[in-house]
Amino acid sequence: MATFGNGSGATPGAVGQGRGITYPDFSSPTVDKVMVEERAAGLGKRSIKGPAKIAGLKLAISMMDLTTLEGKDSPGKVQQLCQKALRPHERADIPPCAAVCVYPKLVPVAKRAVEGSTVKVASVATAFPSGLSTLEVKLADVRQAVELGADEIDMVIDRGAMLAGEYRAVYDEIAATKEACGHAHLKVILETGELGSYDRVRKASRIAILAGADFIKTSTGKVTPAATPPVTLVMLEAIRDHAHATGRRIGMKPAGGIRTAKQALHYLVMVKETLGDAWLTSDLFRFGASTLLNDVLMQLEKERTGAYQGGDYFSKD
Amino acid sequence: MSDKGTAAAGGDGGSPRQPSAARDTAADAAVVFGDAWRYAPAPEGRDHVKIAPRYDLFIGGAWRAPESGRYLDSISPSTEEKLCEFAEASERDVDLAVQAARAAYEKHWSRLRPLERGKYIYRIARALQEKSRELAVVESLDGGKPIKESRDVDLPLAAAHFFYYAGWADKLEHAFPGRDPRPLGVAGQVIPWNFPLLMAAWKLAPALAAGNTCVLKPAETTPLTSLLLAKIIEEADLPPGVVNVVTGAGATGAAVVGHPGVDKVAFTGSTEVGKRIQRALAGTGKRLTLELGGKAANIVFEDAPLDQAVEGIIGGIFFNQGHVCCAGSRLLVEESVHDALLLKLRERMATLRVGDPLDKNTDVGAINSRAQLEKIQELVAAGEREGAARFSVSCALPQRGYWFAPTLFTGVAQSHRIAREEIFGPVLSILTFRTPEEAIEKANNTMYGLSAGVWTSKGSKSFWVAQRLRAGVVWANTFNKLDPSSPFGGYKESGFGREGGRQGLLAYLEVD
Repeated sequence: MATFGNGSGATPGAVGQGRGITYPDFSSPTVDKVMVEERAAGLGKRSIKGPAKIAGLKLAISMMDLTTLEGKDSPGKVQQLCQKALRPHERADIPPCAAVCVYPKLVPVAKRAVEGSTVKVASVATAFPSGLSTLEVKLADVRQAVELGADEIDMVIDRGAMLAGEYRAVYDEIAATKEACGHAHLKVILETGELGSYDRVRKASRIAILAGADFIKTSTGKVTPAATPPVTLVMLEAIRDHAHATGRRIGMKPAGGIRTAKQALHYLVMVKETLGDAWLTSDLFRFGASTLLNDVLMQLEKERTGAYQGGDYFSKD
Repeated sequence: MSDKGTAAAGGDGGSPRQPSAARDTAADAAVVFGDAWRYAPAPEGRDHVKIAPRYDLFIGGAWRAPESGRYLDSISPSTEEKLCEFAEASERDVDLAVQAARAAYEKHWSRLRPLERGKYIYRIARALQEKSRELAVVESLDGGKPIKESRDVDLPLAAAHFFYYAGWADKLEHAFPGRDPRPLGVAGQVIPWNFPLLMAAWKLAPALAAGNTCVLKPAETTPLTSLLLAKIIEEADLPPGVVNVVTGAGATGAAVVGHPGVDKVAFTGSTEVGKRIQRALAGTGKRLTLELGGKAANIVFEDAPLDQAVEGIIGGIFFNQGHVCCAGSRLLVEESVHDALLLKLRERMATLRVGDPLDKNTDVGAINSRAQLEKIQELVAAGEREGAARFSVSCALPQRGYWFAPTLFTGVAQSHRIAREEIFGPVLSILTFRTPEEAIEKANNTMYGLSAGVWTSKGSKSFWVAQRLRAGVVWANTFNKLDPSSPFGGYKESGFGREGGRQGLLAYLEVD
């Protein structure tokens, strides 16, 4: 475990041996809390006006994973959510959302509802949200969701293992889940609100990226705090360093707690100024949100008409 | 300690199944900062700002034309637009100002109950807050600094200084128990152009709280916010003559400093002028504090949180276009992380937005004056001649006004002029070191000693280094943090005396 000792980084290509498998080096840079929070707040001061605001808000809609993850989710609820994702507003210039995100049982309903559109179906899996089932159960959960038609799988990491320092176990689970996903894209939820430090967020990001994540995602939405700007910035920096080292672009999905258009623009500013142009697409950036969409629509209508409209002028699905 | 590979900071083993291979040449092109989503202009409004066509001198509570009838132009460095005219005070005008200050000291200010003195200072602080938007715009127009900074740093800190020292006004006995603190009399205060209003606050607030009266001389390129502050002081109904503002160039400053009726001189500015003042004051019995230049070392160890260090380095040198006496202008980086840090720095510099100071998204504004721009250009040319490698951000600079693209030099040696002389511009010199001892030796190997930074994830190392650095302020894992309660000042040619905190009062008091 020597390679875990120094927080300052890793020798590229260094490997560790265990259980007959070759592991990459998980060590990752340390993160200073004060300065990373200051930087994230600084990016929140960008003033996004006029055409930049309109373009940013439309982009945000096209990046949204419209989400419902409740015990009371029913086919009716999911169908309505899908309608909203397909056509968030009657205006023709407003794009559809990127995806809907549901529990595995409701994947077929969502799949039928969005058929023939660009909207993808994402399913949470791996004993979401705690992830505390056996690996067999979790992998079966993934395979079933994919068989039912999920285009994307949002898995949770084993935070207990992460906190206990069992990084290889975390890595193995992600790698196994990736394999179980087959053609489906894998988003790896770190549940940063339970990780306790930015250092651990950064390390978990690295482990997930190395284990095969297509996206890394902050939160389940079931734990407070969920996505925050500094946590997202730390993850974006892990993605950036990986891109520099390998040329491979990993996606990012902040989820939970993003409710206003202003917040969404703040996240887009962070992406633009940390990862650059290539990530300003739904292929590489998503918002996990359930109530964000209507605030974004309200702001877009305000930009068009000059006046704020009441909440009832926007459909609540 | 890890080897050079740490450099990659997040250095990467590639995908798990091909550990060391996948490092393709496309990697460098992965992250590109372009115009996929362009920010629209976001100019701060200036309709609410009223700049008079001409400003006179504020002497004895009234606005007086200069005896000579001469006025100078105040130019906006970002557009070269003439903002207004301001009076050039002669020796005679300065004499009137000192007399007014003396009369106010003897008749009013020294007789006032300290609690009442404090109330006046609180009143100035509140007025600064109320007018902060207008003052921020004027500061950016007159000095060229980004509105983001004048709005979020200069104005709040200036108000905070008045609030802080207002609280001390009736507690001087507690600040220096048993030492019978007494005011000095008339303070002559000459301030620089880099933080015009904030420096006025740093000078006036402790002087007034301690019971002195003041003659303030702002810099000739940035007189406007001092004049607006004089208006605030007038509206706050301070007894006439307690604060006098005389504008002008070097000769006016020399007249303030040299006036025999001045009991105390406080100067912030260049080391060259500071030396002249100290020579002129020798043997006069006047009290003196000097806050002069700097060439701060910002030391980055290989175990530092590199991404955050990058932010500290960028803020340390490009904040206020590098017109900061405590700027982190010498980056000392441990050899093992030099390449990784440089990559991150250059990438971060690509996202800096240089341009209109009034645009809310501007990170780097205009150089304060043509003279300063020429000085920066001269030192940068010297850096190139002496063999350091220059990298400047490729950004479009406005046609009019004074501009300099954010720049760094690598391969700098201690002997280079760009490592020894204060550039006072957006130019970073990068040097390397191998051991902590070498870092400290290089950091201290300067004629200055105002500030320094240390970046490491090891707490004990920050303290070990900080104890050995000969600098007035040492920041650990951060930079350019200022607070009214914290004393600020230098070693060696960075000056003497402290501003801020309880220590800042001492510069304006006689104690047993």
